[in-house]
Amino acid sequence: MFEEDRPRPLLEVRGITKQFAGVQALKGVDLQVLPGEVHCVMGQNGAGKSTLIKMLSGVHQPDGGEIRWEGKEISLPGPTAALDLGIATMYQELDVVDGLSVAENIFLGHEHASGGVLHVKKANAIAHKLLKRLGHGSLSPSTEVGTLSAANKQIVSMARALSRDTKMIIMDEPSAILDSGEVANLFRVVRELTAQGIAVVYISHRLEEIRQIGDRISVIKDGRSTANGLSVTDTSRAELIRLMTGRDVENVFPDRQPIAADAPVVLDVDNVELFGHFEKVSFTVRAGEILGFAGLVGSKRSEILETIYGARRASSGKVSVNGKTLRPGSVTSAVKAGMGLSPEERKSQGLILDEPLFKNVTLSTFERFAHGGYLNERAERNAAREQIAALELRPADPDRPARTLSGGNQQKILLARWLVHGTPVLLLDEPTRGVDVGARAEIYALIRKLAAAGTAIIVVSSEIEEVLGLADNVLVIDDGKVLTQTNASDIDEHGVLDLVMKGSAA
Amino acid sequence: MSEQNTKEAEPRVNAPADHSTPKANPLQNFLRGSGGRSLGLVIALALLFVVGAITSGDRFLNLENFLTIFRYASIIGVISIGVTFVITAGGIDLSVGSVMGLATVVASLTAVQLAATQSHWILMVLVALAVGAGAGLINGLVIAYGNVVAFIATLAMLVGARGFAELISGRSTQIVTNRDFLQIMRADFLGVPILIWIFVLVAVAGWFLLNRTTFGRRTIAIGGNLEASRLAGIKVKRHLVYLYILAGVAAGIAGVMMLGRTTAGTSTHGLLYELDAIAAVVVGGTLLIGGRGTIMGTVLGVLIFSTLTNVFIQNNLDTSVQALAKGLIIVVAVLLQQRFAARGPRRAKAKPIRA
Repeated sequence: MFEEDRPRPLLEVRGITKQFAGVQALKGVDLQVLPGEVHCVMGQNGAGKSTLIKMLSGVHQPDGGEIRWEGKEISLPGPTAALDLGIATMYQELDVVDGLSVAENIFLGHEHASGGVLHVKKANAIAHKLLKRLGHGSLSPSTEVGTLSAANKQIVSMARALSRDTKMIIMDEPSAILDSGEVANLFRVVRELTAQGIAVVYISHRLEEIRQIGDRISVIKDGRSTANGLSVTDTSRAELIRLMTGRDVENVFPDRQPIAADAPVVLDVDNVELFGHFEKVSFTVRAGEILGFAGLVGSKRSEILETIYGARRASSGKVSVNGKTLRPGSVTSAVKAGMGLSPEERKSQGLILDEPLFKNVTLSTFERFAHGGYLNERAERNAAREQIAALELRPADPDRPARTLSGGNQQKILLARWLVHGTPVLLLDEPTRGVDVGARAEIYALIRKLAAAGTAIIVVSSEIEEVLGLADNVLVIDDGKVLTQTNASDIDEHGVLDLVMKGSAA
Repeated sequence: MSEQNTKEAEPRVNAPADHSTPKANPLQNFLRGSGGRSLGLVIALALLFVVGAITSGDRFLNLENFLTIFRYASIIGVISIGVTFVITAGGIDLSVGSVMGLATVVASLTAVQLAATQSHWILMVLVALAVGAGAGLINGLVIAYGNVVAFIATLAMLVGARGFAELISGRSTQIVTNRDFLQIMRADFLGVPILIWIFVLVAVAGWFLLNRTTFGRRTIAIGGNLEASRLAGIKVKRHLVYLYILAGVAAGIAGVMMLGRTTAGTSTHGLLYELDAIAAVVVGGTLLIGGRGTIMGTVLGVLIFSTLTNVFIQNNLDTSVQALAKGLIIVVAVLLQQRFAARGPRRAKAKPIRA
């Protein structure tokens, strides 16, 4: 469009392609990054963003197309080559070493030393300067990184990039692990970097965020570029969604259905309390009702959920399902009574990643398919197949390792697990974390369908919009206290934030 | 609407199913899976046989010698099967050798032998199994409910059981005098010594238990992801206790076999057996971090080591050279496995579906 007026691009990617074991991951991706800009790369899960990042950081090599750096065609045979050129990558799973200090992490791989002896003081001094440049002079270079929050670890990761005379930093969903206050801080740091002429390639699928931080946007869909270098201010949200999904998303949240007046109370939480975490909470959930927990990160929403489930042992209070009181601190008792949890961390708490899909689906129920301890894998597979069809799980192969599925489909495995079990109570902790826009709508529809079938559901999410859009009733929680309990349609995002702000001010 | 959504949203996720589904090519699939890993071990074993045949000729290549190899493998083999379960669940048991020694000592105590003579030789067997089960129970309780790391808990048992065995035996060797017991343990069935039959039975039972039962499923699930298993409602702690009891019982069985073979109970029985067992299990292809276990692999691993020993003895080679070769085999086997694994299920890691 008006690229003639712009400075020479720092990075130019033209039509790169990549194949993995017969699967075309990238079919032709272009990207142009200018010095000092925040260039957002958007795309759904599976679109090829990660593959692209790995090409640029030298982890994988493209099969075709070209990468130009400061006008010259380059090849990146390995991560060191990329670092040497000035391309740093900040992965989602932060690659800091917990046992080392901040300064040691910053200079990891290029330590200040002579004859193998480290110059600790000098390193600390330089590290301090770098941290200061990032507006975090208060972070002590000698602190052990393991004691830092995820947000501060990111800062360390960025300081490391700076220490290497970096010209471009690729950030892979940096906000995924941060709460909203920390995100604001991250943006400040990003601005700091770009003001110094460093280009930032920012990967995210949070539309709001990109509007705040991005200068230009490129969109990838199914391994192909669908938009290149669009101006953030001139592109509407609807347009971006269309570019990412190839269709229009209007209403992601399904319509609420009225709960029958005589719907029985299925889950009764009575004065449950966990010292040091949250104060007494009491509520009931009726058959067909979706109850949402709204609150910021750190509000102890997940802790409440886990305590109800018995994964943590309540200090006092009792939980009953269909009138049956559960043994406190016993997950087995909760599961037996008909409660299912889809945990916050899908991969580390929910799935056995290298086991096939069907065994993950039947993880809570395989004993039912056994006779006298002898497993009936065929019956298990069939039960899993039924759920695969009902939930439209892709790929529909019960023998595929869970690891190879996308976030949305992994989430469906967990739903399928409890559907096979037939639990009347479902606890869903962050059911759409790491799930892309299209698959989200599907999961929302599924959750609503389950409720319509009479399941009592609790949804916990750090996205207030999601809780309010999905739930019938809402508990607003802050710092282990229930601030209010209300109908979801009587409160909006501002209302929730207002309450939380007031709560923490008091 | 949602049908269309999925198709539009995730065709790339859909696509690989046609290309790289494990069913794509049965042979490839077999080679990539546990079959392939076992095949590597079979090849290694065959190579050892070739070396044995070349260097020792008929002295190596005869039925009597093969039975010797198997008999030599049988005791450590039974222990290794128990250890396979613990390792598959992501644990470790360093105490099996000591526990086996303790079992031989307790079962051959004068009082026990006297009681056995007055009643039935099976009493000695039961005592040995009970000692194994008891030690395993303690291991399991300390690990599962005391939250002590398995390495440390079983290390403590390794030291403690050995000490206890020395204490009650007065460091002396206790001769087994029960004729019935010795007769049974030295008997042949279909020309094959009873020790080998016990090994075969334990291996078959172990294979069935690990691959075909809810017990095995729980074991693999816990090893694959302990937290996910717990949150799915599996009684993880209880199962861990069962697993260590199982390993203890296997050590008890090995103790009975040892008593039969050596006709003596002593606290020095089973010295360093835990390391041989772990080596066999790992060489066999069971993941030390848990989540994948193979009884077949363990059996082959044990046979490789016992064949190696046999070949060395036949050639009058130094035991030090033998130890060196053992070390090399462990490293090479694990390196090869990692190669296989990288091409096998692990490949998924390198091929991100997620973007």
